[in-house]
Amino acid sequence: MEKKIGIYICDGCDINEAINTEKLEKSVRNLPVKRHNALCSPEGVELIKNDMKTDGINTIVIAACSPRVKYDVFDFPGSIVERVNIRELVAWTLDPKDELTQAAAEDYLKMGITKVQKSDLPEPWVQETVKTILVIGGGVTGLTAALEAAKAGYKVYLVEKESELGGYARKLYKQVTRTYPYKLSEPVVGDLIKEVESHPNIQVFKPARVAKTDGQPGMWDVTIEMNGKSEVLRIGAIVLAAGWKPYDATKLGHLGYGKYKDVVTNIEFEEMAKKGRLLRPSDGKEIKSVAFIQCAGSRDPNHLPYCSAYCCSSSLKQAKYVRELSEDGIAFIIYKDIRTPGQYEFFYKEIQNDPGIMLTKGEVTGVMEENGKLYVEADSTFFMGEKIKVEADLVVLAVGMVPATKEPQEYLDGLTKAAAQGDEAKKAYLESTPKPEFILNLNYRQGPEIPPFAEKNTYGFADSNFICFQYETRRTGIYAAGCIRQPMTIAEAQDDAAGAALKAIQAAEHVAKGIAVHPRAWDMTYPDPLLLRCTACKRCTEECPFGAIDEDEKGIPYYKPNRCRRCATCLGACPERIVSFKDYSVDMISSMIKSIDVPEDGLMLLAFVCENDAYPALDTAGINRLKLPPNIRIIPLRCLGSMNLVWVADALSRGIDGALLFGCKFGEDYQCHFIKGSELANYRLGKVQETLSRLQLESERVKMVQLAINDYPRLPEIINEFVEKINELGPNPYKGF
Amino acid sequence: MSDNKTLLVIGGGFSGLTAGIEAAEAGYNAVIVEKSPYLGGRVAQLNKYFPKLCPPLCGLEINMRRIKTNPNITFYTMAEVERVTGSPGAYDVTIKLRPRYVNERCTGCNACAEACPEERPDEFNFGLSKTKAAYLPFDQAFPFQYVIDDKYCKGPSCGKCKEACKYDAIDLNMKPKTINLKAGAIVLATGWNPYDANRIDNLGFGRVKNVITNMMTERLAAQNGPTKGKILRPSDGKPVETIGFVQCAGSRDENHLQFCSYICCMASMKQALYLWEQNPDAKVYIFYIDIRTPGRYEQFFWKVKDNPNATLIKGKVARVAQAPDSDDVIVEAEDMLSGELIRQRVDMLVLATGMEPSAKTARPSVPLTFNEHGFAVPDDKGILAAGCAKNPFDVAKSVQDATGAALKAIQRIVGGR
Repeated sequence: MEKKIGIYICDGCDINEAINTEKLEKSVRNLPVKRHNALCSPEGVELIKNDMKTDGINTIVIAACSPRVKYDVFDFPGSIVERVNIRELVAWTLDPKDELTQAAAEDYLKMGITKVQKSDLPEPWVQETVKTILVIGGGVTGLTAALEAAKAGYKVYLVEKESELGGYARKLYKQVTRTYPYKLSEPVVGDLIKEVESHPNIQVFKPARVAKTDGQPGMWDVTIEMNGKSEVLRIGAIVLAAGWKPYDATKLGHLGYGKYKDVVTNIEFEEMAKKGRLLRPSDGKEIKSVAFIQCAGSRDPNHLPYCSAYCCSSSLKQAKYVRELSEDGIAFIIYKDIRTPGQYEFFYKEIQNDPGIMLTKGEVTGVMEENGKLYVEADSTFFMGEKIKVEADLVVLAVGMVPATKEPQEYLDGLTKAAAQGDEAKKAYLESTPKPEFILNLNYRQGPEIPPFAEKNTYGFADSNFICFQYETRRTGIYAAGCIRQPMTIAEAQDDAAGAALKAIQAAEHVAKGIAVHPRAWDMTYPDPLLLRCTACKRCTEECPFGAIDEDEKGIPYYKPNRCRRCATCLGACPERIVSFKDYSVDMISSMIKSIDVPEDGLMLLAFVCENDAYPALDTAGINRLKLPPNIRIIPLRCLGSMNLVWVADALSRGIDGALLFGCKFGEDYQCHFIKGSELANYRLGKVQETLSRLQLESERVKMVQLAINDYPRLPEIINEFVEKINELGPNPYKGF
Repeated sequence: MSDNKTLLVIGGGFSGLTAGIEAAEAGYNAVIVEKSPYLGGRVAQLNKYFPKLCPPLCGLEINMRRIKTNPNITFYTMAEVERVTGSPGAYDVTIKLRPRYVNERCTGCNACAEACPEERPDEFNFGLSKTKAAYLPFDQAFPFQYVIDDKYCKGPSCGKCKEACKYDAIDLNMKPKTINLKAGAIVLATGWNPYDANRIDNLGFGRVKNVITNMMTERLAAQNGPTKGKILRPSDGKPVETIGFVQCAGSRDENHLQFCSYICCMASMKQALYLWEQNPDAKVYIFYIDIRTPGRYEQFFWKVKDNPNATLIKGKVARVAQAPDSDDVIVEAEDMLSGELIRQRVDMLVLATGMEPSAKTARPSVPLTFNEHGFAVPDDKGILAAGCAKNPFDVAKSVQDATGAALKAIQRIVGGR
């Protein structure tokens, strides 16, 4: 497209009170500029549209309010549009009619013009893709995900490792319901299996495993092994529903498991009940009394440091089994807290009304056999905090959940740690550690499974790190659901399964069109590296938070655009500056920096800001009319992870006195939407010392700040402190060169 | 734009937004109808989320960007569904738009609010502060468009805002409007209201000074709240040094909400952490029946439980009274483990009030069954429910549920089986 640039300046919203817009207009040379007193009004928009029609303007620079507002009126499909924010960032935060305010507006306009000169309209990367959904795991979650996707018209392959579908739910005698009348019901799994097996859109593989997952969303080649044979399927997107295992009860020796035959797990008790009669394992006698020990291993720093979420309602249900299956049977439940959230509370209430079921809070201190009788001893009970001793025919341990993703995750974590210590350590690890069964077997440079979502306290779960975005994943197109995400009940797993199925469908639909998936779900650009200049340093392949880049034998990166989330971390990582998007490149930002008019005598600072959080915070500072210093220029980035160090070097070598980096919180409970972006920016900042010392500059001239979207009241203080610091250091010696 | 391929979402809170946006990103048209002047619902009022202590505005911002960039999504604020007729796959929907008195020419410049002589209690801050009758609901509100509250505005007879507006954005004669839409499926995501604390007699709300609710505490802790994020007690602005939390305030109670509201345990812990962030020596007393922190939330509980300034008392609060000599609050409860009667004096008492489904007090005009507690009972035909309209959920589970509801709605739209 041959660009024909038109520039439009708005005088409204106090802009022309703060800025001499006539002067601003005159600061632009050789390009058509127009002003309007309310550019966002229908008349203002008409002015632009008219120029598009009559003069063929197709590249529009609008110097007005923030791009976060009036997005709908300044919408010109097929044109390049750049919004230069002279309202929130200038008129509403800087002193009116000040020389420095004017200079800021003029710089922003120049930067905007440079940006469009260096931008192109995006063209999507479109390949032949499929929309078939692969569901891994045939428990309630997997069955539900498969059905929900199939009912929406998608072809589904379901892979189950056992010879029967149903997972642990198949062992259930009855199920607790979350809806009225909150009674025990037939387990839902039976109907699910029937529906799945008869659905024309679903093909089941069992017993089968995924031996290899190769490629990228929309174009995966997945090798399924079944009955000693393997078959390669073309897959669009994946739902990972590998489920859970009960916590290993042999580790609960202190609760008598393995020592006494009549101490069983809740899963074993379920199987006993399913047979219709409750008979004691030790002597086959009918069971008249059962003691349930809650949190057997759960909520325990020595075992599972989390709550397994299903065990309370499960034991309440099993207490009911005792009442129904055994004449005059009684149950005793010893718990830490009864956790029946939401409408499960109604079921708890019903149990509390049953005189044959006794409940007490208590810390179990031991399970013992005396004179051929089994006892549970507990402390700190409702009995005035006293110790109690309960006799029972059978003791049931309510054991918790361990996600199927735990073993592979731990193994791979260990491998990464060993590899970091060198080849020897890695070799020793591989030789000494038994390799667990992998689930996805991704043929990815960054490893065969989904990496944990955080550094610690994930306990092997494959959850999302984001409360708002439950299907965030570090492997694009692969969505975790059910108990590999969090311990949950059957009803909750079914809600979750449907959600994951939709996300898989979306991913398949988006890659078919060449559009990114969440969070940049509108973005048609993709990274297009100039590989001729690649030095095979591997930084992009190592740093990509989503494992989107593989390598060939020589270490040259091989971009898989359908795995890419367009955060541009690779652009920031590349020392050769060869990664570009149509509307975002190293050269573009460098040129914008170069278009800043750096005064020979006077301070000039730069801020690289995350466009997702820090930029809205700056906007909000404007909305609240907070005062910010005038000699700082803001450059929004897709993510701070896309910050290339050359920009800092460019800025400093041009005489800019210092640079602030505003990114999201990193580390524990990180808030970066691209997982690693702000952390990587901080890491790169460590490297900046080298650049600075080469330029013989102080390291304090560049500073990273973790800023959340609601932190805008802190902005004046943060920026003013930095200004002070730089003033102390004195001007950049490169000024004027 | 609407047809039988359109998904109608009733409610623009986090569940409704999720359902609408997720369906739109899968390629379907979505229309989101929200009754308040802004999108985001309850989460917009929250300072931070548990357990990450991250700001909800961050996720809302991303969702707003998804709306801005997706031509498949239409939304209406100040809008309520008046009537739904038709059948699964082909619904006719009538929507009533209440007048905003500010049109889309509004630039958000604030001139109307500056000129406005009238004030109104700020319901976004639960009455802890005031706004002008011409106001922006909060500083990051979306849409970024002012609104005039006709309960407090004197109308055209005053007209000061209209005079002040340079953009012809104010229309004090604006009338309610009715629009008609077609939809193939409907997701009801009408959310929840905090249970009315005035109805819990023994806990002193509205009668004893410095007894507030958990949602009010969110606003006190929020940087864009009435105290700019400082946790000060309402009666005298004193920084809070001792705080009490009454769990299950109205929940799990035969006389109030009979169910468990799911979020209140985590919410109180989060608020204890807010206070410790400002005052690490603050003493925190939590009165509870059961601590319910399912799944990995257990770690969040440990963070609070292991703080030496936390005291957890298993016992239901019997009585709350004003201290005779000050604005302090006296809490009386029986410790269920020791049997002892506890009398604890605190600077401020937070009632962890639960969630009452909005449909309990304002039944949506949709052909769907609701149970006696006000929760929707989805029939899985053409009208689905998501989030807290269906069950007490936290945000995470609401998102999961709403994403799933979007898929079920799509099934109805494509006529799949």
